[in-house]
Amino acid sequence: MHAIEAHGLTKTFGETRALDGLDLVVPRGSIVGVLGPNGAGKTTAVRVLTTLLRPDGGTAHVDGIDVVADPRRVRTRIGLTGQYAAVEERLTGRENLELVARYFHLPPDRIRGRAAELLERFDLVEAADRQANGYSGGMRRRLDIAMSLIAKPSVLFLDEPTTGLDPRSRLGMWDVIEELGNEGTTVLLTTQYLEEADALADSITVIDRGTKIAEGTADELKDQIGGDRIRVSIADPANAERAKAALAPLATGPVELDAGSTTTMSAPIRAGGGVVPQAIRALDDAGADVLDVEVRRPTLDDVFLTLTGRRADTDTEVGA
Amino acid sequence: MTATETPIDTLIDVDAPPSGIGPALADAWTEARRHLMVIPRNPELLVFSTIQPVMFVLLFNYVFGGSIQIPGFDSYEQYLMPGIFAQTVVFGSSFTAVGIAEDLSRGLIDRLRSLPIAQSSVLVGRTLSDLVRNAFTFVVMLAVAFLVGFRFGGSLLGALGATALLLFFSYSFSWIQAFIGLSIGSVEAAQSAGFIWMFPLTFVSSAFISTDTLPGWLQAFADVNPFTVLTNAARALYNGNDPGNELWLAIAWATGITVVFSTLAIRKFARATG
Repeated sequence: MHAIEAHGLTKTFGETRALDGLDLVVPRGSIVGVLGPNGAGKTTAVRVLTTLLRPDGGTAHVDGIDVVADPRRVRTRIGLTGQYAAVEERLTGRENLELVARYFHLPPDRIRGRAAELLERFDLVEAADRQANGYSGGMRRRLDIAMSLIAKPSVLFLDEPTTGLDPRSRLGMWDVIEELGNEGTTVLLTTQYLEEADALADSITVIDRGTKIAEGTADELKDQIGGDRIRVSIADPANAERAKAALAPLATGPVELDAGSTTTMSAPIRAGGGVVPQAIRALDDAGADVLDVEVRRPTLDDVFLTLTGRRADTDTEVGA
Repeated sequence: MTATETPIDTLIDVDAPPSGIGPALADAWTEARRHLMVIPRNPELLVFSTIQPVMFVLLFNYVFGGSIQIPGFDSYEQYLMPGIFAQTVVFGSSFTAVGIAEDLSRGLIDRLRSLPIAQSSVLVGRTLSDLVRNAFTFVVMLAVAFLVGFRFGGSLLGALGATALLLFFSYSFSWIQAFIGLSIGSVEAAQSAGFIWMFPLTFVSSAFISTDTLPGWLQAFADVNPFTVLTNAARALYNGNDPGNELWLAIAWATGITVVFSTLAIRKFARATG
């Protein structure tokens, strides 16, 4: 049984199809990144899976429980951290945690104990008895996640957990999420930051216009669009043909001069290491004086561009 | 990826979430407690929300007091104060709309809705805590009314009954406001939407003037206005007169509003909010 299993989810708001047959499978104990631009349907998917929104069609199970038929049981197993840090501003960090613990009907000593544990864990001990409205963005986010973890949920939903955080707080949040993953909590993380999914997720589901357009590990997604590329610069244009011939055995596709250049050429290569020294050796043997060799891994931005014809961070179409 | 099938370490019984009236009441209390804890930490809001009714008491009493004579009442205070009380407790209900809109926009409602609690408890807790806030404002206002010469004309029991009736009305209006807050969502819009319709409701009534002085068509509305019924019943009880049918009619209005709007609001809450 998977932690999350959704098939053919649809949801329409007026004219907008927010979800258009979304399939999503999240194995237990993994961190899955749901990646997509603004308006792709990420938040709607999270709202359906966390019982906040009823889908128009399709099925969804969390921990094997149907989110539509039995929302209350689903709610005992999930933690949700939405796009806003949902903390009560005028309560202290400790009081916020105890509030949620009280909602779970924990016995009084467990309420205090669990709040103290989480304050410790999320580095909020010093700020524990200050009102949350004096917290920094990062602290507020940490408190927010701590509140989602009160009842030790088996599945944690994080909807754009680092949006609006400064770079340092973002890295701090990454540590928190990574640690949760290491402990075996299943985490579904939505993000529009490509490097975030790359850094945290065991596997990535790319969605666009309410439907899944690709999935796999970051490496698999990159391979899917042709793996790595090598780029070589030489000193003398006269040696270009010789260099191309030397590179050909290493390439998985044609070796071509870059547009407008007589000395720089690129080629797709298979993913994995060892190509650079081989390339340099082959070029030396061929007598082409090498200036520079670089191997570039495609970014998830390249992935998105290839799959959708649009960049992930904008909604503008890229001319065909 | 560690796809271990170890049992999940959880603190609660995941297969039998608490259900039934007991846990639901506990949840409502948890929610009410949250709001009550916040009230003293926001003293500015408390001070200004109390100043407004006090100002109304003083303004109406000293500005209009000299020029308005009501047959059957020796002083305008005895006529006016119950009307101001009624208006204040009803105005006070607009906190509910603003508070709910605030919780919605801050994502707190989503957080609460993702917890295994009785869905109704969030609104029950909110309206109960607003009732406590309005009762506090009421006591302050009553003290000021005494300072400017208002007296209980009848028994203490009658005055307590009138107070209870006013607070019940305030509670029933909180449910209208809860529905408005959930429907609107934006804090600024909820602020006006919760407030604006209460002006005609309270002014086109017997709260400040005798409805005989109104033009005919307006008088027709004023006479059936539940707010007139409430004011008349409270006024009779505070002055030691017989409220007659209007007491029962006022109780019926408050009961009806509570039943209808709590049903609507709870249904709206449980259904997804976008």
